[in-house]
Amino acid sequence: MTSPKSGTSSTENVTQLDRVTIRFAGDSGDGMQLTGSQFTATTALFGNDVSTLPDFPAEIRAPAGSLPGVSGFQISFSSGDIHTPGDRPDVLVAMNPAALKVNLGDLVPGGGIIVNTDAFNDINLRKAGYVADPLHDGSLKGYNLFEIPMSTLVARACDGLGLSSKQVELTKNFFALGVMFWLYERSMAATEKWIAEKFAGKDAIAEANKRALNAGYAFGETTEIFHTHYRVPAAKLKPGTYRNITGNEATALGFVTAAKLAERDLFLASYPITPASDILHQLSGYKHLGIKTVQSEDEIAAIGAAVGAAYGGAMGMTTTSGPGMALKAEMLGLAVMVELPLVVVDVQRAGPSTGMPTKTEQGDLLMSMFGRNSDSPIPVIAPATPVECFTMAIEAWRIALKHMTPVVYLSDAFLATGAEPWKIPQISEMPSIAVKNAPESQGGFRPYQRDPETLARPWAVPGTKGLEHRIGGLEKLDELGTVSYDPDNHHRMMLLRAEKVARVARDIPKTEVWGDPTGDLLILGWGSTYGSIRSAVERLRERGKRVSHAHLRYLNPLPDDLGEILRGFQRVLLPELNLGQLRMLLRAKYLVDIVGFNLVRGKPFQIGEIEAKAESLLGESVEVGR
Amino acid sequence: MTQSELPVLTKKDFESDQDVRWCPGCGDYSILAQTQKTMPDFGVPKEKIVFISGIGCSGRLPYYMNTFGFHTIHGRAATIATGLKGARPDLMVWVITGDGDALSIGGNHLIHAMRRNVDMKMIMFNNRIYGLTKGQASPTSPIGKKTKSTPMGTIETPIIPLNLVAAAEASFIARSVDTHSEHLQEMMHRAGEHTGAAFLEVLQNCNIFNDGAWRDFTDKSVKEDRMLVLKHGEPMIFGAEKNKGIRLNGLQPEVVTIGENGVSVADLWVHDETDPDASRTQILSRMWWPDFPVPVGVFRRVPRPTHDQLLVEQVESAKAARAAKGPVDLQKLLAAGETWTVS
Ligand SMILES: Cc1ncc(C[n+]2csc(CCOP(=O)(O)OP(=O)(O)O)c2C)c(N)n1
Ligand code: SF4
Ligand SMILES: [Mg+2]
Repeated sequence: MTSPKSGTSSTENVTQLDRVTIRFAGDSGDGMQLTGSQFTATTALFGNDVSTLPDFPAEIRAPAGSLPGVSGFQISFSSGDIHTPGDRPDVLVAMNPAALKVNLGDLVPGGGIIVNTDAFNDINLRKAGYVADPLHDGSLKGYNLFEIPMSTLVARACDGLGLSSKQVELTKNFFALGVMFWLYERSMAATEKWIAEKFAGKDAIAEANKRALNAGYAFGETTEIFHTHYRVPAAKLKPGTYRNITGNEATALGFVTAAKLAERDLFLASYPITPASDILHQLSGYKHLGIKTVQSEDEIAAIGAAVGAAYGGAMGMTTTSGPGMALKAEMLGLAVMVELPLVVVDVQRAGPSTGMPTKTEQGDLLMSMFGRNSDSPIPVIAPATPVECFTMAIEAWRIALKHMTPVVYLSDAFLATGAEPWKIPQISEMPSIAVKNAPESQGGFRPYQRDPETLARPWAVPGTKGLEHRIGGLEKLDELGTVSYDPDNHHRMMLLRAEKVARVARDIPKTEVWGDPTGDLLILGWGSTYGSIRSAVERLRERGKRVSHAHLRYLNPLPDDLGEILRGFQRVLLPELNLGQLRMLLRAKYLVDIVGFNLVRGKPFQIGEIEAKAESLLGESVEVGR
Repeated sequence: MTQSELPVLTKKDFESDQDVRWCPGCGDYSILAQTQKTMPDFGVPKEKIVFISGIGCSGRLPYYMNTFGFHTIHGRAATIATGLKGARPDLMVWVITGDGDALSIGGNHLIHAMRRNVDMKMIMFNNRIYGLTKGQASPTSPIGKKTKSTPMGTIETPIIPLNLVAAAEASFIARSVDTHSEHLQEMMHRAGEHTGAAFLEVLQNCNIFNDGAWRDFTDKSVKEDRMLVLKHGEPMIFGAEKNKGIRLNGLQPEVVTIGENGVSVADLWVHDETDPDASRTQILSRMWWPDFPVPVGVFRRVPRPTHDQLLVEQVESAKAARAAKGPVDLQKLLAAGETWTVS
């Protein structure tokens, strides 16, 4: 575990730590996501800064005990400010041999392993591909191994409740959670409350889970197997009221808030797809706020309905992931042509094609930018952290409404499912993003007469007297909006559409450079790589390196100050979870020789990987200097 | 303004200033004229009427209507109508589509708009060909049809549009013919009066790429004998001499002659638009020349809650349920679940 501060206290054997990373791993039927999120909730309530990374198989239930069926949940928590769920776990909770096998390689040398020995039987060992039992063949010598017969112990704890042995076995994740609560000095109260609510009316099940939790806790306390427990003091977060939130939750709440700030109805049409579906689920539950949702027949229908709603004056939007985004291309082009406000959320996942549905990637940037016929400009923005999904969702709508344009909001699987503490903002303090519809007219209405500042056209909503007009995908005559095949008009309209989107750059914040404004190396990022990059830059700067971090939230148009920032550094490194998409755009636009760092393994970057890459570049630039 | 105070509109009020650009002689002219003539019937102000179309020759119609109009993309008009009507239940929404637009590229959306009962009036111009793209086979082209894309004849069984929408639970189903202007006008009127998803198939002549596609039975000289004009509550009688009828023998319709073999009017199938069982609508939709007269008229008209009504109902009932627990506070929603305070 990282940097013990004060050694073991003699009386109660407590070791103080700054930061701990734990991974819960088991069969997808073992409830590891639940265990992880319960541990997260309690840890956040305790006041640590936390960051999480769920990692689950795409199959709902891969064969029990198999390697593909392993589900994991990593949480990092700290007494300081953290940005990532941790590179490598300090402690691994492995509920079966497959979980051990899949996750052992990530564990830090000397890390702790807590196993359910009852699951280490011949069948499970064979399913995991073990020839010999790793608990006994000495292969785990370099680790701190804690062997606990969890199934046996929960069976004992639940004796007399009249439940089947299968039902009792299902509670062993709560036993493991109890052990971890004891080990890290956490209270069981929040989880006990959760159990009571979740299993209300199923008294025996509730009791069994509660007993399993308590048995785990008591096991930590009374047995001699752990020599110490660990204290990670509360972090010094800014004053305020906090909750824990995932990126998808923050996105959904951001849209609800945007509707309030815009004083318009929100209309979501969506087709289910991992990892975006939770936004649909959440917004579908907000009917009492006046939000209408439709589960469409496919992604084309979803964006079609959103365009229809936008045409009618509502905040029409759709949510999807890569494969669905690909289907929306033609309708996005129509939205560009008819210049209606629209927000399209793409929660990116590993591709191409179906790819790895539950794994993260930043592969849809170029598709969002260019994946339509002809020159068809659309603003593209991307939140950097789960918490930031809230503000960027509002930002997406602010831009769409003010500039009368579709906007693509690029999240990803890591942001969507990762969680961190969120300082709950005050809606009353947020600026309005409301825009007006075109007023009634006595005649002579021009549907493409533009705002001189933004070039936005009027929002001419059906039902408004005197505004009867026809729009569509055919090229428009400038200002009048009738169909036109005039060559010069087409050229002008192409330029106007491009200029309208380019002018969004006047309306976005300056790029923040963290560190110094000039130096040896700028690490530039976008989207969910924020945490890993920031942590790496923190470490490099601690070692006196002249390294800074800039993170783009606005990918189209790019901020006006970016070119100058890039030129202020000897080298620019751009880590991306793709094969170099933003790098291609920036090199083309700024003629700066940006170095890429591209890993596409379906996982976020580790801090150490970025650090090492930066170190090697810094080494090179010294060579160049000589 | 209440509806009765509305100025009375005429066909002229619904004509836009755009030049109509279909081929001379195209059946679409008549459909446009009947559409413009019918619009004043509903007492709906122009600005509350929206025409949404897909792509195809048919898709140009909204440009000629002096209402709100949205010429969208190929096959997807129904999706846009679904969103528009969902967001704005106060509008009257018409969808204009073609046989390729609705049944080929837009087939999926057609089915779902019908089953959802989106309150829109969809008029499908069926010319059994792709007109705009200059003459390829469509999903309604008869098997063996030689077109530019099927020089040896199509090898695909055509879709029977009304059979399809009946299977998709459409709440209003009708058929008419471009040149039978009075009947067409009546059908447009009936579709417009219906609340819910209305599907009106118009047998339309594309005189350039598929001339005479329906002539065998729609022509003035033969239509009495070869078409059956459906009338609600009346026995199915046809023929120039009004002596032919349809008898339903189990699931099998039969053409009979009144007065022969002891058949009387009382034996005939009495048309019931409101028949809740769509399978009889399907039987009717499958009747085709030369085995049967081709039915036109309203096949089906059943009341069913519309998609937009149900959307609003859910929102209203969620609001009411919520209001019982105190005012809705978005700030509180942000703070849902476990929270903690750092001071
Ligand atoms: C995505 C897409 N694919 C193809 C086309 C080309 N296209 C335009 S209309 C049409 C067929 C139209 O046939 P139909 O719906 O029967 O209309 P009609 O012209 O006969 O009225 C096709 C293939 C298109 N506009 N968009
Ligand atoms: S191609 Fe056929 S359907 Fe199209 S306008 Fe000409 S005649 Fe009418
Ligand atoms: Mg056609």
